[in-house]
Amino acid sequence: MSSLVIFRRELKSYFAQPTAYAIIVIFLILSLGFTFTFGEFMGTGDASLEYSFFFWHPWLYMLIAPAVGMKLWADEQRNGTIELLGTFPVSTWSAIVGKFLAASTVTLLALLLTFPIIITVNYLGSPDNGAIISGYIGSFLVCCTFVAITMLVSACTRDQVVCLIVSVSLCSLMVLCGYDAFTRALAKATSSATVEAVVSFGVWDHFSSLSRGQFRLQDFVWFVSFIGLCLLGTSTILSAKRA
Amino acid sequence: MIEVAKLSKHFGSKVAVDKLSFTVAKGEVLGFLGPNGAGKSTTMRMITGFIPPTSGDAKVCGISITENPAAAKTKIGYLPESAPLYNDMTVIGFLRFCAEIRSLSGSAKRDAVEKAIETCFLTSVAHQSIDTLSKGYRHRTCLAQALLHDPEVLILDEPTDGLDPNQKYEVRQLIKRLGQDKAILFSTHILEEVEAACTRAVIVDRGIIVADGTPAELIAQAPNGSLTDLFRKVTTTDTAA
Repeated sequence: MSSLVIFRRELKSYFAQPTAYAIIVIFLILSLGFTFTFGEFMGTGDASLEYSFFFWHPWLYMLIAPAVGMKLWADEQRNGTIELLGTFPVSTWSAIVGKFLAASTVTLLALLLTFPIIITVNYLGSPDNGAIISGYIGSFLVCCTFVAITMLVSACTRDQVVCLIVSVSLCSLMVLCGYDAFTRALAKATSSATVEAVVSFGVWDHFSSLSRGQFRLQDFVWFVSFIGLCLLGTSTILSAKRA
Repeated sequence: MIEVAKLSKHFGSKVAVDKLSFTVAKGEVLGFLGPNGAGKSTTMRMITGFIPPTSGDAKVCGISITENPAAAKTKIGYLPESAPLYNDMTVIGFLRFCAEIRSLSGSAKRDAVEKAIETCFLTSVAHQSIDTLSKGYRHRTCLAQALLHDPEVLILDEPTDGLDPNQKYEVRQLIKRLGQDKAILFSTHILEEVEAACTRAVIVDRGIIVADGTPAELIAQAPNGSLTDLFRKVTTTDTAA
């Protein structure tokens, strides 16, 4: 119940300021722009969105998600409003959940507004719409993961810029970890076991199967547990900071 | 209504609050005095459940803040020191949010918000964005938040700080009026405020109580019959320590 109150306040705050609009517009321009330029959506003549569209999402989210999430706790700590929140009869956990859902909703809205690409691909050919839906789910899960990481970083600092830089670095690390060019270079330098360990930390391993339309339980477990761990970490950091 | 028992807080090796004990009964307004860094805010933060005490406990209406924080917090209205607010909201939007988070809804919420706005003289700025408010209005908005749910216990950290003399007078009158059927703990630097609004006052220094009594009793203890002299006598200056 109190999560819902906090969720509504956070969401309103995103739209009371230009934050949400800027983020949504920039995401739409970049994601659709890349699809038609570097993604060669028209050139390949393939009625799927896997390489032309979804491929760019983790790269965009590593910048967009920290921008959405950086204020979540940093702002609260800078303004001292955390003292209000801490003395309201709500648990830290419900505040965390409310804030996380609000930030995720902003990015979900941005993602859903890319719907013209679905219409386009259906108009031009006959794609596998199941795979497209699964791609969207995967894409959203990647984004939620990055928002959760940002939230964790945000709990550590009262400075939004520090939070932005650190979380962008962490998210880009996770994007690079499973990226082909990177893993090939790593394979030359180390053993295959190391490569596998590093790859499983990255998002591609879990995202690419979903963007191909493959539902694997392990991917869901990975995303959900990663997000859960970040939120738990946030709660631990916030209580440790007060003690 | 507020029972503080051997409350201590250590930050590393520094002792901010040292086994502090006092009570505030219903109908009592307790002035909490002391130099900067004496542990006033830390004590208030512990009573309101914002930070956990190193040892000891505080009870609000008989409910322990360490054992049952959620229930105890519903009984408390708290004005933090710097009067923090969400700058992106309007005054009325912020108060509605605070009412919702305190589980008020429907007409109860509307009435509570309306009454708080009236009590704190916020009618003229109710629909204004908080980041455009002057300091006095910001302070009163935060005070309105503390009064919203008509709590039995009010904890106010420097409620008159940064207000002009007229506003100070209004807030003092408000504290006095509310104190008739609530337990109020408020901290201040302004000694005349103690005589104007408090039924009792304690002076803390370096985390311990060094003087306790009604304003008249405290003045009687003072060498020259003024609270300022007593304050200077019983507390240490930060340059001396």
